[in-house]
Amino acid sequence: MTEITPELLQRHGLTGDDLARIEEILGRAPTLVELGIFSVMWSEHCSYKSSKIHLGKLPTTAPWVVQGPGENAGVIDIGGGQVAIFKMESHNHPSFIEPYQGAATGVGGILRDVFTMGARPVALLNALRFGAADHSRTRHLVAGVVAGIGGYGNCVGVPTVGGECTFHHAYNGNILVNAMAVGIADADKVFYASAGGIGNPVLYVGAKTGRDGIHGATMASAEFSETKEAERPTVQVGDPFTEKLLIEACLELMAGDCIVAIQDMGAAGLTSSSFEMASRGQCGILMNLDAVPLRETGMTPYEIMLSESQERMLMVVAAGREGEAVAVFEKWGLDCAVVGRVTDTGRMVLTWQGLTVADVPVAPVAGASPVLDRPYELTTPPVPVASPANLDAGPVDRLLLALMGSPDIASKRWIFEQYDHMVMADTVMLPGRGDAAVVRVHGTGRGLALTTDCTPRYCEADPFMGGMQAVAEAWRNLSATGARPLAITNCLNFGSPERPRIMGQLVGCIEGMAEACRALDFPVVSGNVSLYNETDGRAILPTPNVGGVGLVDDTGRMAGLAWDVAGLELVLVGETQGWLGCSLLWQQFLGRDDGAPPPVRLEIERHNGDFVRAAIGAGQVRAVHDLSDGGLAVALAEMCLASAMGATIAMPHDTPSVLGWLFGEDQARYLLAVPKAGLDPLLQEAGEAGVVARAIGVTGGDALTLGDAAAISLADLRARHEGWLPNLMAG
Amino acid sequence: MRAAVVTFPGSNCDRDLAVALEAVLQRPVARVWHGDSELPPVDLVGIPGGFAYGDYLRCGAIAARSPIMAAVARHAEAGGAVIGVCNGFQVLTEAGLLPGALIRNAGLRFVCRHVRVAVAARRNPFTDGYDEGAVLSLPVAHHDGNYVIDEAGLARLEAEDRIAFRYLDNPNGSTRDIAGVLSANRRVLGLMPHPERAIEPALGSADGRPLFTSLLAALA
Repeated sequence: MTEITPELLQRHGLTGDDLARIEEILGRAPTLVELGIFSVMWSEHCSYKSSKIHLGKLPTTAPWVVQGPGENAGVIDIGGGQVAIFKMESHNHPSFIEPYQGAATGVGGILRDVFTMGARPVALLNALRFGAADHSRTRHLVAGVVAGIGGYGNCVGVPTVGGECTFHHAYNGNILVNAMAVGIADADKVFYASAGGIGNPVLYVGAKTGRDGIHGATMASAEFSETKEAERPTVQVGDPFTEKLLIEACLELMAGDCIVAIQDMGAAGLTSSSFEMASRGQCGILMNLDAVPLRETGMTPYEIMLSESQERMLMVVAAGREGEAVAVFEKWGLDCAVVGRVTDTGRMVLTWQGLTVADVPVAPVAGASPVLDRPYELTTPPVPVASPANLDAGPVDRLLLALMGSPDIASKRWIFEQYDHMVMADTVMLPGRGDAAVVRVHGTGRGLALTTDCTPRYCEADPFMGGMQAVAEAWRNLSATGARPLAITNCLNFGSPERPRIMGQLVGCIEGMAEACRALDFPVVSGNVSLYNETDGRAILPTPNVGGVGLVDDTGRMAGLAWDVAGLELVLVGETQGWLGCSLLWQQFLGRDDGAPPPVRLEIERHNGDFVRAAIGAGQVRAVHDLSDGGLAVALAEMCLASAMGATIAMPHDTPSVLGWLFGEDQARYLLAVPKAGLDPLLQEAGEAGVVARAIGVTGGDALTLGDAAAISLADLRARHEGWLPNLMAG
Repeated sequence: MRAAVVTFPGSNCDRDLAVALEAVLQRPVARVWHGDSELPPVDLVGIPGGFAYGDYLRCGAIAARSPIMAAVARHAEAGGAVIGVCNGFQVLTEAGLLPGALIRNAGLRFVCRHVRVAVAARRNPFTDGYDEGAVLSLPVAHHDGNYVIDEAGLARLEAEDRIAFRYLDNPNGSTRDIAGVLSANRRVLGLMPHPERAIEPALGSADGRPLFTSLLAALA
């Protein structure tokens, strides 16, 4: 019997109080294996103990929601007897330590969450946040993360169609790698992770178990320290080839009806998968660890239970039908072993070499992990600042060029061209061509519009407003393609919840997101929380990434950024007050950190989005782009580059601030390109609908002209926009 | 015309190739497993893109030695048509059905984008449907598409008009911008660009479609 010393407890991230609870649950001292099990199951990563009471504020239902949070991924009805299954998850800590494998295994893990439920994965996205571009580690991390995402996604043959990538010094010591996977299944073939049927066999399938990633979940639940480098456990290593085989084998077996429950082995591996399946099914499992396929010799039960080896699944099949499963997995060259049985004891009993090495009740471990109501201090919203009429910021054409070549706005082509974004031959809105990626539902004319969004600088200034804005921007990006926004997944990345200020950011962002989700009928169906993203007390910006999914009824009627002819009218939809507070221009070029982020008015957001979507559906517009970072000028420049054609806009006489008009980041705005003949009817419809819309310019030429400012040639614009990232990466 | 598409463990464009063929042929395409040792009676065999056997050892090396490839070789020897796309091209060179080899891209990174490709050779079942000198927009998506061949082999390819496609904007450092090559009997084509991903404007290009309609006309 291992003696439970304070050091042992600390290494497991457990407190004396936790030990007391464990002893109360067991009625005795835990074995080492049991201690390891409690450690990972009660880790922040697996138990959501700091966030749980606040996550409950998020709306999770709608008539089209089939499965909300609590399963491997969320499920929504997309018509035609089909469902979309999706989730976003973080792999921040491993990606910082070993960027290639960390990012690669993040992709692998999120894919398993989706095909575990019976869906064929059809799209991947990723939201990446790196440190300052000039920080010594940034290039290495960008190169490794991008290669890792590509190396995995390209090989499994699922297109990586979208995402975002921004840079800020707050991420110098803690990058964010959030991966989102989307799959499609028949509505009547969705699989859940609820074990059942006393006596049914429990099967282990996929790759063998090795010593990699032991205690990954515990690592993801502690902050980094520069001096604790040596204690970092091994990062898992991914094998996308095995994952591809696992996808095909699982989907082949799922076409039949022998699977009772299936769960991937993600964080905390065999421990969390077995406990979660038993917990959901309110049953027990008797597992024989001698039957687990091992990659290495001499592995202990502790290591077997806590290994985070990749590309593994656990499933319960109907008794007597093990042979069907074995045949399919053998065909695909994968290991498949009966490792246990479902029992009615409500206990997880693990045997190894004839000994019982763990015997714990399932419910208290999986369901009754500690729930913490941590103290929090809400951020006081900053006071808005008026946009100054005049600022000595130089000519606006120079400012726009500088913005287009700045880290957050510069083209991410260097990244997305390393991802196979066209495999499966259904990507009908390619990266850089629209506000959201659109992937056709195979064999139909419908499409899924997909986006990831968050503006961390807004969340830092005002978490509540920033949380709302992240949801609203995702909703807007989907609407701008013509899609009906349906639901979101989220990945909430914050610093240490043990600090009230950080906890207040988390609470504020969640409450803001909840408000926006309710107002826009855009519920949360899955998600993930990543805390302790800080190093030596320096936290990241609060980053609640949103992954939005919408439905395009007819992929022949979508809108992208590019217009096709000269002489189109440019129509600005939405009200422009010229809000510079927290804008990119304000913070990065004027060096100002005062002011409040642009207010999100959800009723107007909805109104304007519905108007734009209807106009796209009615075939009234040739191109659409939402206005976000960098405001009108940047949106227009991006449209010109996508179109390979210039445009000219006039400065309004009534604007109090030219900088605010061009670069302000007022919300709920879109820029539309409309044929001349359609302009008056569109403006009239807008007026009748109470939507602010005004014609501001025309398309044509090979330069972008902003009022009286000097014309900017598209060649210069493109050189700045396309040049920044390749130059950075070339060193 | 009857066609089959081979699936190796790790193939990931097998469905795409079958879908493109079925769209043009208007009949089902047979799906063949790597472990099979016989092909069904077909006029065309497609070797799809992907990462066959994980591309371990060398791209296409293990797949080239799988049971089905012996049957594909017999089919080719008998004058049957074979198309290998991307990883399929790598498999065909590893199997010795096409000359040369495909090594790591000159830029050392995976590259996925539409590139301009010129139809460089006609008089074969794959490109007869294109106009002389046609320039196509086709997607590439590969890490190892840099075509290399010895001097004598290159001279022979040029002399025998067996370079089917050339890049106009070479994405991978390929020798003489070679994007696709034909066998000596002009019945086996390997190419790095993906014509099956360019069969309708909704995908960004329909320039790959004439390749399949050419096959239909030639092998009907």
